[in-house]
Amino acid sequence: MNTENHIDWKKYLIVFLFTVALFMTASYVSNYFGNKKIDQLKTIQDKISIDILSSETQFSLLSELSCKNISDSSVLSGELGELGSKLEWGQDNLGMTDTVSYLKKYYSLLQIKDYLLTKKISERCKTKSAFILYFYTTAENCSECEKQGLALSALRDKYPELRVYSFDYSIDLSAVKAMLQIYKIEDTKLPALVVDEEVLTGFHGIDELETLVKESFKLQEIKPELTKPSKSI
Amino acid sequence: MASISSIIFYVLTFLSVYVQVFFLITFLENRKKIIIRNGITTLAKYPAVTIIVPSLNEEKTIYKTVRSLLDLNYPKEKLQIFLVDDGSTDKTLDVIQRFSRFSNIRVFRKENGGKYTALNLGLEHVETDFLGCLDSDSIAHPESLVRIMSYFERDPSVMAVAPSIMGNNSKNIIQNAQNAEYHLAVFIKKMLGIIGGIHVTPGPLTIFRKKVFDDLGPYRHAHNTEDMEIAYRMQKNHYKIDQCNDAYVYTNTPSTIKKLYKQRLRWIYGSINNAIDYRELIFRKKYGNFSFFTLPSIIISIFAVSFLLGRMAYSLGNFIFSKVLQFEAIGFHFSNKVNYLDPFFINTQTLSFIIIVLFSLITLSIILGKRMIEGRWNFSLNILYYFIIFSIIGPFWLLKAVYNTVLSRKPAWR
Repeated sequence: MNTENHIDWKKYLIVFLFTVALFMTASYVSNYFGNKKIDQLKTIQDKISIDILSSETQFSLLSELSCKNISDSSVLSGELGELGSKLEWGQDNLGMTDTVSYLKKYYSLLQIKDYLLTKKISERCKTKSAFILYFYTTAENCSECEKQGLALSALRDKYPELRVYSFDYSIDLSAVKAMLQIYKIEDTKLPALVVDEEVLTGFHGIDELETLVKESFKLQEIKPELTKPSKSI
Repeated sequence: MASISSIIFYVLTFLSVYVQVFFLITFLENRKKIIIRNGITTLAKYPAVTIIVPSLNEEKTIYKTVRSLLDLNYPKEKLQIFLVDDGSTDKTLDVIQRFSRFSNIRVFRKENGGKYTALNLGLEHVETDFLGCLDSDSIAHPESLVRIMSYFERDPSVMAVAPSIMGNNSKNIIQNAQNAEYHLAVFIKKMLGIIGGIHVTPGPLTIFRKKVFDDLGPYRHAHNTEDMEIAYRMQKNHYKIDQCNDAYVYTNTPSTIKKLYKQRLRWIYGSINNAIDYRELIFRKKYGNFSFFTLPSIIISIFAVSFLLGRMAYSLGNFIFSKVLQFEAIGFHFSNKVNYLDPFFINTQTLSFIIIVLFSLITLSIILGKRMIEGRWNFSLNILYYFIIFSIIGPFWLLKAVYNTVLSRKPAWR
C-alpha cells in the first residue's frame, strides 16, 4: 500500500513564485511596449505641434504674401487623424491612464489650434475651408456616437481636404469647454456636429452629410484614378 | 462588471499557468528517472497475469486486439486471456469463439449490461495476482506488458500501472489532433504518476494487482467512466498508481467530429461527476498531491474553459454589434486611412504575453510527451491541429457535460 502521500509544500511555493515571476515579467514587457507606444504618440504630437507653430509663424511673417503659399503648407489633418485613431486605440487597450488622458487633452488642444489657424487663413485669404466640429462622449455608452464617428471617418476618406475635429464632451479641458459654450452643445444631445456654423444634433448619415458639405464647401470627391487630390481651399 | 470579469480571468489564467509550471518543474526534477527502453525487456520473475477483453459489437477490431495479446513478449503459461462478449449483436462472438482453441484463452458470453459488468464477470474468474483490461478497439505493443510488469517488480508498493496510449492508424486531421493530445496525456500522466496523483487508469491495458479489487470491490458504473472511478477509489485508499511511459498501446480514435464529441462528452461528464462523488477528497492532507493538485486542476480547467467561452461569446457579441453599427452608419466601407498593419496596433497587454506563455508551456508538454514515447525531440503539425480543433469544439462538450450534470443532479439539490 502506498504511504507516500506526503505533500512537498516547498515545491508548491516554488511553483507559485515561479508563476508570479512569469506574470511580473509579462507585466514588465507589456509596460515596456505600452511606454513605447506612448512615446510614439508623443513624437507624433510634438511633430504636429511644431507644424502648427511653424504655420502660425509663417502666417504672421508672410501675411502680405500670396495666400497660396500659406494654404499649401498648412497643417496636415491626415496626421491629426492618425493620432486620433491611435489615441482612441490606446484608450481602449492601454487603459485611461494619466498619460493617455494627458495626451488626449493635448490632442484636443492641437485640434483647436489647427481649427483656429485654418479659420484665420480662410478669413485672410477669403477662402472657405471645409471643417466639421464633432462632439461625442465616452462617459456613457453612446452607440450613436460610434456610428457618427464611423460615418465621419468614411466621409474624410472620400474628401481628404475635409477636416474633422472631434472633441470628447467629458474631457476636463477649459478650451474644449469654451468650444462647447460657443456652440451651446448639451450632453443630452450627443453626438453633435457643427457644419458651416450650423449645429446638428443626433446621428446624421453619410449621404446627408455628403450633400451638406458639398453644398457648403464645394468639395470634390477624390476619384480612385486621381493620384493628387484637387485643392479647393 | 468588466473589472470583476477581468479579475476572474486573471485568477483563472494564473492558476492555469501554475498547473503547467508545476508539471514542468516536476519534469525538471525527475527527468533522469524517465527512461525509454529499446528492444526486449526481461524480468527476474514473471508473475501470472490475466487480461480481460470486454467487447460489444467490435467485430472489426477485436481480432487484432486479441492477436496483439497473443503476440505479447510474455510467457504463454503466465498469461490468461478472458474474452467477454457483452451481448454483441454482430459477429463479435463468432470472431472470439475462434480463439477458444488457445489453451490460455477463455470466452465468456453474457447479456448486455455495460462495460463494467463485462469486466466484473471477468474479475470473478481471475485467479492470478495481476490483472488488467484491454479495450477491444486497442492493440498492445509486444513489449507493453513486460515493461509494465517491470514497474511492479521494481516497486512492491505500486498497485496499478497505466501504459502510454497512442492513436492508431490516424487518417485525418481530427485523428492527428488527437495524437498530439495523447502525447500531452502521456506527459501529464507521467508527471501525475511521479507525484502520486493519477486520476484515471485507462481501459487500454492498465495492469492492477488483484489485491486492489479484493480490497476495494469490483468496478462500478460510475457515469460510464469506470476506469476513472477505480482510480479515484484507489487514491482514496492510498493505493499507488504509476505510469509506464514506454509501454505502448494503440487505440482507435474517433474519426469524425461527431464521434469525438460523443466520446469526450462521456469523458468530461465522468470527470466532473466522479470529482463531485469524491469531493470529500479535495484539500485533505492525507490524500496527498491527488487532493491538493490533481483534483483542483480538474476543477480549474473546467472553470477556466467555461469562463473563457463566456468571455469569447461576449467579445464576439461586441464585435458583431460594432460591425452592425458600422454597417448602419456607412454600409460596406473599408477605411483606408487607418493602417492596422502598423505595429502600434499589436496588442501588448500583459494577458497577451501570459497566453503566449501558457500555449508555449502546453506545446512543450506535448513535445516532452512525444519524447517520452519516441525518445527524440520532434515538433509536429499535429500540435497546431490540436490547438485549433480542441479549442473550437472543446468548450462545447465541456458545457454540455456541465449542463447534463446540472440536469441530472437537480433533484438532489431541492
